Amino acid sequence: MSDETTKTAGFWTWFWDLANPTRFLAIANWLIPVLAIFTCILLAIGLFLGFSAPQDYQQGATVQIMFIHVPASWTAMMCYSVMSISALGSLVWRHPLADVSIRAAAPIGAAFTFLALLTGSLWGKPMWGTWWVWDARLTSVLILFIIYMGLIALSRAIEEPTTAARSLAIITLIGFINIPIIKFSVDWWNTLHQPASVSRLAKPAMDAVFLYPLLTMAIAYTTLFFTLHLLAMRNEILRRRIRSMRMSAARKFDSPSASDRK
Amino acid sequence: MMALLLRDIKLAFRVGGGALTGILFFLAVVTIVPFAVGPDLNLLSKIGPAILWIAALLASLLGLDRLFQQDREDGTLDVIIIQPHSLTAIVFIKCVSHWLANGLPLLLATPIFGLFMNMEPLAIGAVLATLIVGTPAITFIGAIGAAVTVSLPRGGLLLAVLILPLVIPVLIFGVSATYGAIQDPAPFTSPFLILCALTLFFSVLGPITAGWMLAQSTD
Repeated sequence: MSDETTKTAGFWTWFWDLANPTRFLAIANWLIPVLAIFTCILLAIGLFLGFSAPQDYQQGATVQIMFIHVPASWTAMMCYSVMSISALGSLVWRHPLADVSIRAAAPIGAAFTFLALLTGSLWGKPMWGTWWVWDARLTSVLILFIIYMGLIALSRAIEEPTTAARSLAIITLIGFINIPIIKFSVDWWNTLHQPASVSRLAKPAMDAVFLYPLLTMAIAYTTLFFTLHLLAMRNEILRRRIRSMRMSAARKFDSPSASDRK
Repeated sequence: MMALLLRDIKLAFRVGGGALTGILFFLAVVTIVPFAVGPDLNLLSKIGPAILWIAALLASLLGLDRLFQQDREDGTLDVIIIQPHSLTAIVFIKCVSHWLANGLPLLLATPIFGLFMNMEPLAIGAVLATLIVGTPAITFIGAIGAAVTVSLPRGGLLLAVLILPLVIPVLIFGVSATYGAIQDPAPFTSPFLILCALTLFFSVLGPITAGWMLAQSTD
């Protein structure tokens, strides 16, 4: 019991230590190269396995699009979940880095969503005979993309960081409604898009030849996301520092000239 | 509360209020559709309910940025925020008055526009019923967006972009309930009830979130 409490206390101190941007930057500086190397290795393995995988008896070579498409859509949803957790952190605990996290994640999430839509469209043409159908899953992912774009537009429209933080967090949380809709759209509606075939824990409805490259690519995409996210957060923190430095410099420049005039 | 309601409605119908511009916009959207798809009456009566819903949705989005902005410009918003009443209730009242001033005229104009679209009386009735139930949800969702974008100089367009993904469920169930009433195999009651549920849900979520947001925005 006491061990448990010290453990959680340790976690919370660690969590709040992160609130100090300097400490966060120190950790990020150490973590980014590690994650980047890890991502490169995993991507290399995943892509090699993916392209050396045998052709599907029905789909032919186009099955290899799956190794790009499926992890991209997973990452797009994970990114939104990370943003929603950050939004909670920003609203409930006023964690200063949570807001940085939302702002940094939005363009990355939009990029992954776009990749998922693009590859899905390329895959749909040979398989379904059309670039696009208004199917429940495709439509809900498109809405996710629009939400990402709206969040980016909002974060650029408000100049003052604290006001922007609250607005972004609120809209992010409300938009989270869409994530379960995307996840379960293939179960709730009778759609053209195939239902989940990996997450069945007992026995995935997919052969190991396809499953292992897919899972490798999924882990690679996840580490790629976190690498990019940390990079973007570091940039955002540095950008804010430059902004406050500029402001204090402007103030310093202002005050002596004002006193001179007197 | 009653005073606030009456004040807002009066302001909306005065010169510069812009409540009646909504109907004009509604009329304009409905009018350009036959130019785009051709004046085929059968086709128009088929897509009429969907067109009316889209036009009503766009017309309600148009006026939403005025929900708090006018009050912010003349300082009323600050007075409203510092008084002891619950901000949630005030936002709710403001939404109701906004709907009475902007949404209700649209509904009154709907039967006439339905005739333009060569729709059956039953279809017009169905569109009217779903719009009565559905448009308050748009206002309540829009209150969140209006509260977020109230301090922005050109918030109107951004508000529409932020709100549109959230009102899609309202549009889906509104249109499907309408078609349920006209076409035989499709059900009417279940999408209609879901539409009612959406409105009730957002009538709680919208004012709470928007009120909180407004309280935060003025410190």
